[in-house]
Amino acid sequence: MAHGPGRAALYAAVAAKGFRRYATYRAATLAGIFTNTVFGVILAQTYLALWAERPGLGGYDQAQALTFVWIGQSLHMAVAAMGGGSEEELMERIRSGDIAVDLYRPVDLQLWWLAQDAGRACFQLFARGALPLAFGALVFDLALPASPGTWIAFLTAVALGLLVSFGIRYLVALSAFWLLDGAGVGQLAWLVGMFFSGMMLPLNVFPGLLGEVARVLPWSSILQLPADVLLGVHTGTGLLGVYAFQLAWAAALLAAGRALQSLATRRVVVQGG
Amino acid sequence: MDATERPVADLPAQRDGQEVIHLDRVEKVFEVRRRAGLLRREKREVRAVDGLSFSVGRGEVVGFVGPNGAGKSTTIKMLTGILTPSAGTLRVAGVEPARDRARLARRIGVVFGQRTTLWWDLPLLDSYQLIHRMYRVPDARYRENLDRCVELLGLGDLLDVPVRQLSLGQRMRGDIAAALLHDPEVLYLDEPTIGLDVVSKANVRHFLADLNAERGTTVLLTTHDLTDIEQLCRRVMVIDHGRLMYDGEVAGLHRIAEVERTLVVDLATEMAPIALESARTVKVEGPRQWLAFPAGQPAAPIVAEIAAGWPLVDLSLREPDIEDVISLMYAGRSAG
Repeated sequence: MAHGPGRAALYAAVAAKGFRRYATYRAATLAGIFTNTVFGVILAQTYLALWAERPGLGGYDQAQALTFVWIGQSLHMAVAAMGGGSEEELMERIRSGDIAVDLYRPVDLQLWWLAQDAGRACFQLFARGALPLAFGALVFDLALPASPGTWIAFLTAVALGLLVSFGIRYLVALSAFWLLDGAGVGQLAWLVGMFFSGMMLPLNVFPGLLGEVARVLPWSSILQLPADVLLGVHTGTGLLGVYAFQLAWAAALLAAGRALQSLATRRVVVQGG
Repeated sequence: MDATERPVADLPAQRDGQEVIHLDRVEKVFEVRRRAGLLRREKREVRAVDGLSFSVGRGEVVGFVGPNGAGKSTTIKMLTGILTPSAGTLRVAGVEPARDRARLARRIGVVFGQRTTLWWDLPLLDSYQLIHRMYRVPDARYRENLDRCVELLGLGDLLDVPVRQLSLGQRMRGDIAAALLHDPEVLYLDEPTIGLDVVSKANVRHFLADLNAERGTTVLLTTHDLTDIEQLCRRVMVIDHGRLMYDGEVAGLHRIAEVERTLVVDLATEMAPIALESARTVKVEGPRQWLAFPAGQPAAPIVAEIAAGWPLVDLSLREPDIEDVISLMYAGRSAG
């Protein structure tokens, strides 16, 4: 596949279109912002009760725990924790056979969908991330950093987390080439992802082996690590270690996606007439 | 190159020099697993394409017809490189499709009537802008091609409309334009008139005929609608069970099976069979009569004649179907 500046411009344009597609549905976005905010309030109350009972749980104080809740809610749609990512569309296209249209284009399938998902994630990060977080910061006492450097470090970790999240979701989507109906795999992936990313409870709360395992799995890149970067847990070489960990998982997952993609397009039947 | 000026008899000679599509004993075998008991599964081979050989010369418009499941779409998919043939060789514009899919993609255009290449949620123009970048069409060329398509396909008012709001006919015209912005040498059309009304069908056919005449684009047309074939192609290939049953002039098909359209007219009262020069009345049932006429002939004069001489209440037109022709072909073979 040819690369170069022309290709970069194409994928940038694809990402921009991905952003615009989601921006089209304003009512759905508003409803989503409302849902994220309500869910954030419920989760925040639960965490308040938990941290009142066990102060300093997982090394977080109350404000840090609440911050974790609202970061989780603001990343929820961007990382497609419970679906809503481009992989659903890709899966549907494989099932219906519309994938044929994608395959006869002179583009790389994985880069194409990565660009599209990046555009989608950017929109969701602004629309369904920023507003609930602002609401959370107004209503609750959060431990948000004042230094712009920490915010930049956080957004970098979020971007790498999105790459990891896409890597996982792309593998899930490609399973539809063999299973045709990938809904079951999709649901399993959300469940595992919800738990191991820290969407339900921060991973540092889990003791012993479970916690150790959870922290080295790729899902920790999606929420736990970015949240910890924002909370100032990782700085200096520790921060570089976080990035290296995320990059390594992203590279491994994307490489696996490429391998599976070439296997899928080589041997699998494109559905429909 | 002006394809319309070339007599049909020249076809074999033209294939030698500048063939664009070439298939040599191409096969595609699918393995289908079927439940044969509680746990046991039976493997069965399905030969979707079975030793298909043909070539298409530059600038030809060839009809590629056959009933459902005949292997048409499988063949088209192999010609785009989406499917790899199980056996045989296949070349399109000098490229082996499955091996060099991305390179071939720049030289072919594809319209699948039942799918769309356009972005559902975005205005039509957005899709064209992406295609412009995707195929790296030079700016001036893109503008020229877009203007031409917009004018000839009547897309002017539709460019700002999200694709999901387009009617089927509008969407189809949008898709045809999308397939042509990068000046493809070969255009595959898979059921481009399916589900369209009579006027939209006529528009699409006119556009394709002009495209071939002016640009010399090679067209491989898959369709159920034999009127498409009658009006666009001089050569037709009939495929069934993955094999070529007929490859030759459309006129030759008439010798095997008279391809006719049927006009169904409802008169105000029960009357004697309508007698016309240009059509024969094949059936009368109360006030309703069925008139058959050759598919290459336009319907309008016949309708006008009936409207002038008979109390016409309502009418509908039935297009000939390829299934009819195939069954006639089989009937002819077993009789001969």
